[in-house]
Amino acid sequence: MSKRRFAFPYLIWMTIFIVVPLFLIFFYAFTDNASGKTLFTLEHVKAIFQPLYLKVIGRSFYMSLIATLVCFVMGYPAAMILASKDFSQKNTMLILIVLPMWMNFLLRTYSWLSLLENEGLINRFLVSIGLGQVQLMYNNFAVILGMVYNFLPFMILPIYSVLVKIDKSVVEAAKDLGANGARVFLRIIFPLSMPGVVSGITMTFMPALSTFVISRLLSGGKITLIGNIIEQQFTITGDWGLGSALSLLLMVLIFISMIFINKYGDESVGAGGLL
Amino acid sequence: MKKALVILLSVIMVLSFTGCAKDREVLNVYNWGEYIDMEVLDMFEEETGIKVNYNTFVTNEDMYVKLSKGRVSYDVIFPSDYMIQRMIDEDMLQKINMDNVPNYFNIADVHKNLSFDPDNEYSVPYLWGTVGILYNKTMVSDTVDSWDILWNEKYSQKIFMQDSQRDSMMVALIRLGYSQNTTDQNQVNQARDLLIAQKPLVLGYLVDEVKDKMVQGEGALAVVWSGEAVAAMELNEDLAFVIPKEGSNRWVDSMVIPKNAKNVSAAEKFINFMLRDDIMVMNANETGYSITSKTAIELLDEDWRNNLVAFPTEEMMSECEFFEYNAEATVMYNKAWTEVTAN
Repeated sequence: MSKRRFAFPYLIWMTIFIVVPLFLIFFYAFTDNASGKTLFTLEHVKAIFQPLYLKVIGRSFYMSLIATLVCFVMGYPAAMILASKDFSQKNTMLILIVLPMWMNFLLRTYSWLSLLENEGLINRFLVSIGLGQVQLMYNNFAVILGMVYNFLPFMILPIYSVLVKIDKSVVEAAKDLGANGARVFLRIIFPLSMPGVVSGITMTFMPALSTFVISRLLSGGKITLIGNIIEQQFTITGDWGLGSALSLLLMVLIFISMIFINKYGDESVGAGGLL
Repeated sequence: MKKALVILLSVIMVLSFTGCAKDREVLNVYNWGEYIDMEVLDMFEEETGIKVNYNTFVTNEDMYVKLSKGRVSYDVIFPSDYMIQRMIDEDMLQKINMDNVPNYFNIADVHKNLSFDPDNEYSVPYLWGTVGILYNKTMVSDTVDSWDILWNEKYSQKIFMQDSQRDSMMVALIRLGYSQNTTDQNQVNQARDLLIAQKPLVLGYLVDEVKDKMVQGEGALAVVWSGEAVAAMELNEDLAFVIPKEGSNRWVDSMVIPKNAKNVSAAEKFINFMLRDDIMVMNANETGYSITSKTAIELLDEDWRNNLVAFPTEEMMSECEFFEYNAEATVMYNKAWTEVTAN
């Protein structure tokens, strides 16, 4: 009974800030009040299945998948280095990874602008040493870079926290039984770190898929992701129905990807355990 | 008992705080970004004792959605011509009692009795300007006098367009020889396709950032509002501005009082204050946009007054038109612009 009482504030919090907004998205996605009366409609849901929006969703998936992959390839080794016990600079490095997150997200992305612009710092340096100007901004590369930069810590930290907790005696046992380094990693460490990998992927892929700030700033408003289209419906065209329907679709797609990732993750953990 | 006392005391404290806040009159102002000399607001607060809550928007559409759907209340807003027409149509504005705005007398006649508010009942002109091409003379070798140059492959990845649907659609419609206020779906579609075809040449679609980028030399050509051009040309001598010969858009941003304003008398005071000559001059100098007052213009520096970018002759603007609002066409423009950006 007393436990329940403690949970009560959280319940109110969740109702106000999670359940109600979700309900509102559903409400706007399935209603229309153009005629002055609020009526049920499937128009918005039908409207989202236009090739145009599907193309944008495809582009968003493509770019956030690449960003997630890059984060993983960069983040996993970083997490391993952090977790290894003979790494003496561990705390310094942890702080360096977390430090940028203390700064405002917009500010960090804006500062990339002054680096990547055609007249930005990097290009000025390239020109001054005789190499020509390279277009670093206003393209897919810049947007993916922005995603990787902003979400990399969310890949490293979950993997790190799982790696640190792996029982060292399991690794030693594998070595005693004659497994070499690569084999230990593939058969023991990697499978055991799978929960961290899954949450790392979740935490980078989801925000990358729905971002609109990174794409707008670093592509100069040229590359439109699904987040931008949704934002546009809410701020410029005022079509909240379509915007909500697109948000719903995005949520469903994220939900499906999460099921997929989690299932895959569980299986490999299981497989790792069996082997 | 002690507990009850604490609660009672805190209730009294909270009440007394809200009391304080209510004592001071508050005015909520909603204006474009970078569209005022912020010192003007301090001066207004000092002179009247009214506290100004100042917020900004990026485009007319952005402002309209916040106002019509967000259930927020502002006392003074600065929309453009066609948006004022829309807000009058939708009964969102209240008539302004011009007796309380004596400085309205200073407004030049060319800015009065315009089609969006024919009897000057709802709006008081603030700043005006045109839309044209800002270009960098060191990067552009051709003569810039036509919208065509924005489709010239030579300047691929050197062109900035406006991330503002009416302005960008206007460029494409006029290039096709249509009216910028067309309500013909077929013409809107053609303009949309033209903008999609242009996309590979465009470096970015921006609004407030264009000025700084052009000053830095980031792009060669940009569609901008005249005031941005004035400000940019002051910072970089290589820049020039032209109103294309096919015609363009001219606009005036005016101050209006929405129906749900909470402090109408302060709004009137503020509007009157903004029309004062010294305040007009401060805002003109800060923003680079052209003032609507016939008395304040005499107080500007001579260079400024004779600047043809800021104050083009009627002849230069002979092909320029105001945007007009049409409910059905707005749906078409919204859709077309979404398709351009999504592509």
